[in-house]
Amino acid sequence: MGNEGISLAEQLRVIVITSGKGGVGKTTTTANLGMALANMGEKVALVDADIGLRNLDLALGLENRIIYDIVDVVEGRAEVRKALIRDKRNSSLALLPAAQTRDKSAVTPEQMKTVIHSLGDEGFTFVLVDCPAGIEQGFKNAVAGANEAIVVANPEMSSVRDADRIIGLLEAEGLTSPMLIVNRIRPAMVKMGEMLAVEDVQEVLGNSVKLVGVVPDDETIVTSTNRGEPASMAEHSRAGQAFRDIARRLKGEEVPFPILDEEPTGFLSRLKKLFGG
Amino acid sequence: MAFSLFEKLFGGKERSGAVAKDRLKLVLMHDRTDIPAPMMEAMRRDLLAVLSKYVDIDETDLDVQLEKADGSVMLVTNIPIRRVRTEKDNEHHN
Repeated sequence: MGNEGISLAEQLRVIVITSGKGGVGKTTTTANLGMALANMGEKVALVDADIGLRNLDLALGLENRIIYDIVDVVEGRAEVRKALIRDKRNSSLALLPAAQTRDKSAVTPEQMKTVIHSLGDEGFTFVLVDCPAGIEQGFKNAVAGANEAIVVANPEMSSVRDADRIIGLLEAEGLTSPMLIVNRIRPAMVKMGEMLAVEDVQEVLGNSVKLVGVVPDDETIVTSTNRGEPASMAEHSRAGQAFRDIARRLKGEEVPFPILDEEPTGFLSRLKKLFGG
Repeated sequence: MAFSLFEKLFGGKERSGAVAKDRLKLVLMHDRTDIPAPMMEAMRRDLLAVLSKYVDIDETDLDVQLEKADGSVMLVTNIPIRRVRTEKDNEHHN
């Protein structure tokens, strides 16, 4: 039993999903990759490390089923197995929710490592940790148990700047060469030269990151979040397809990056047409 | 400079994507080379210790600064020297 636990823990992939800046799509990314990986047969635990600002439960539609949270586990009121919420749509996906009425100081990096280790003992193959915005205690907790990192950035100046800072801090934590997801790209704007292209973001961030995915700005993310159904479940969502591609790349598959074309319902492109652009 | 100030101010041809990229490159260069004050002070002290083996330095006027110009960041120092140390000085030191 003990040996089995160790061997499982060894192959456990723990990926922290981070960005520095808030509102760039960390939680959406975590929910979508979790669902996509589970649908590919992986056993996935999602950890909401944003203590005090619980949100991952909403992205997954699991908000009404929370009984215990990560602080209950850390403080010994519940076993991790009891606190985990199994997704009814796919039982190999589970959520360990954040506490809503506590703050970041309720968990230490050491405790986070212990929690993640116990998830390995539960037989999970992937743990995705949704990191809070910022570079303080919450970030340190979220990266503590991780052995890989994904940086989510929007093609927008402040997001790229914060991503650069986070890449430096991840390196300091031993998480070198993190993966990069460029989220909310608007191909029509890029085409007009009015938005940073994926190549631009890569160029300014340098070789220390490797691109693992490009997700278009897509209204289906809004509607799927409204319903608590990650877009990666929806066959025809372009963003969902992008997240499924990323999940396959995470598993080592070579998946070509599709050329994104203009969004058919983009507000700006319609506006531009209206003004004869 | 391919675009005049006028063009930049009044919506010339340069696309905002390219503007953002140029601005980002510059700001990241600054961010990445920003040395925190305590580290700057430690570096100043270490520099002084090493150079003092060879030359007698006027400490009060020792100036160590980061100079940031387009495309590069330089560590610029002004080190007023009183005199070069002789071998005798060094023997005495040891």
